[in-house]
Amino acid sequence: MSAPTLTRPVRPEGTGGSASRRRRMRRNINSGLLSLLTWLVVLLFFFPVVWMALTGLKQESQAATTPPHFLFGPTLTQYQSAISKAGSYLAHSLTITLVSTVLVLALALPAAYALSIAPVRKWRDVLFFFISTKMLPIAGAIIPIYVIARDLHLLDTLIVLIIFYTSMNLPIAVWMLRSFLLEIPMGILEASHVDGASFRRQLRSVIMPLIAPGIAATALICFIFAWNEFFLAVNLTTQNAATVPVYLVSFQTGEGQFWAHLCAGATLACLPVLIAGWAAQDKLVRGLTMGAVK
Amino acid sequence: MAVVADRAGDAGVRWAQARGRRRNRLRRFPLLPALVFTIVVTQIPFLLTIYYSLQSYNLYHPDTRHFSGLQNYAVIFKDAIFRAALINTLLLTVIPVLLSMLIGLLLALLLDRKVFGRGLLRTLIVSPFLVMPAAAALVWKFTLLDTQFGLLNYVLSPFGVHHTDWINNYPKETIITVLTWQWTPFMVLILLAGLQSQPGDVLEAAKVDGAGAWQIFRSMTLPHLRQYMELGIVLGSIYVVQAFDAIFMITSGGPGQQTTNVPYYLYEAAFRGFDIGRASAMGVVVVAATIIIATFALRTISGLFSEQGMEGRM
Repeated sequence: MSAPTLTRPVRPEGTGGSASRRRRMRRNINSGLLSLLTWLVVLLFFFPVVWMALTGLKQESQAATTPPHFLFGPTLTQYQSAISKAGSYLAHSLTITLVSTVLVLALALPAAYALSIAPVRKWRDVLFFFISTKMLPIAGAIIPIYVIARDLHLLDTLIVLIIFYTSMNLPIAVWMLRSFLLEIPMGILEASHVDGASFRRQLRSVIMPLIAPGIAATALICFIFAWNEFFLAVNLTTQNAATVPVYLVSFQTGEGQFWAHLCAGATLACLPVLIAGWAAQDKLVRGLTMGAVK
Repeated sequence: MAVVADRAGDAGVRWAQARGRRRNRLRRFPLLPALVFTIVVTQIPFLLTIYYSLQSYNLYHPDTRHFSGLQNYAVIFKDAIFRAALINTLLLTVIPVLLSMLIGLLLALLLDRKVFGRGLLRTLIVSPFLVMPAAAALVWKFTLLDTQFGLLNYVLSPFGVHHTDWINNYPKETIITVLTWQWTPFMVLILLAGLQSQPGDVLEAAKVDGAGAWQIFRSMTLPHLRQYMELGIVLGSIYVVQAFDAIFMITSGGPGQQTTNVPYYLYEAAFRGFDIGRASAMGVVVVAATIIIATFALRTISGLFSEQGMEGRM
């Protein structure tokens, strides 16, 4: 009668608990190991950037050694001399990127408006035309660009890079701004229209404030691409309009012997875009995919 | 009566049509500056490239310039270096893009977990993509891969590696490594956005129903990520196929022509040899090849794009 209760295996207190604790512990260890792996892989990818910035802080005699110096008294000498040597290149880069970014926004904002809020009839074709120009390799156009620039006496001028950086970034900006404009709820636009707001007023007090963050993100993306551009800069400028990437070419051979100086120059060249990119981090993917991925 | 009404109707229709045309012209107006600028600056050079490619034209001997038909194309397709450059372009595009997609997937999955310092980790991982490619190339070439003082040789010295000339012995691998390093963050960003757009409640439900982690990944995460992976691969290919900075800075296309891709070969023909006709023919070939990738790209983008509604905006 009482057999079933007796034969039923009596589970000792706590066994189940310790098994689940062990399972939980194993899961914690696994999760800890995965976190460690994450950190290791990310740091491996980040390392060349750190190494570049650190080597720029060394004396020349500490830069190229075996074993390498991991601990050293930092000096700003290399950065100071890099700033003075790269000064005119930095000024050219800054002028070209800023002017072309402003031009891009001035052209792209109205265009994006005409492709989203008040769309023209063939907006889809126009949109894909813009993006298709981004896909054609610049190498396919460089020769006529060079010949035309030479004939118009535009070689080695700021203007020629401003024009081509504007056209390089315009499709990205149109797509990106359009994706921000599409996020404005139609209701708000209709309401302001019903309230009798003029177009100008609607633009100023409804649309602009809502897409200001989008404009800022677009500007940063354009800045990043223009600042880092190499192919056109190397082929179209030599001195009077030479940008930072052209400055770096001088290290490719001779001056490459001086690693501390090279790394200080390289770090200086990267810094503006690193800062801009970190600032625009959450919008970066949107810019890189022309607004397709948010 | 009827006639009058008809006439009024006619006038109404005509007035509506005129208004429609005016409205369309008004709507087109803000678009025109950007459109005209893009057409002039991007389309004219491409048309001229085709035109130049049909000429024998060297900047050193401008007076001998003449129309030569398809001769430049015949020359480049008989040119063994050009064919090697085509194969190099293929290798130096496909391998870095696939490698960075693979590593990017792994990293995106790792970063999608709850991990200590996630914000900082994401900031650090985007950096290789932001760094100026020309600067990164110098850092790799000298401080990391140098034969005598490079860090890689130092790190590998316990394993019996001494004074290895990585760049000259493994030129393709070097370029592939640098390009993969640079493009992995791009893939991570796209895939992370994809992972984070996964509906959390569905994953939760699958977990409650007893699905294992691998099962959830195989049958839910991966299909969801597919279009993001496609987008990463096509966009990445479009940029990597044009790779120039790293090749110019690190190997100058060498040793021999081992890392000469088509953009670099075109650069040499145009700016070292000043052979405008032959370089233009190469440019046309590059463009034709890119159009093939771009067709896939446009299809992928329009797939993602159709999800963003344009309802009620006509």
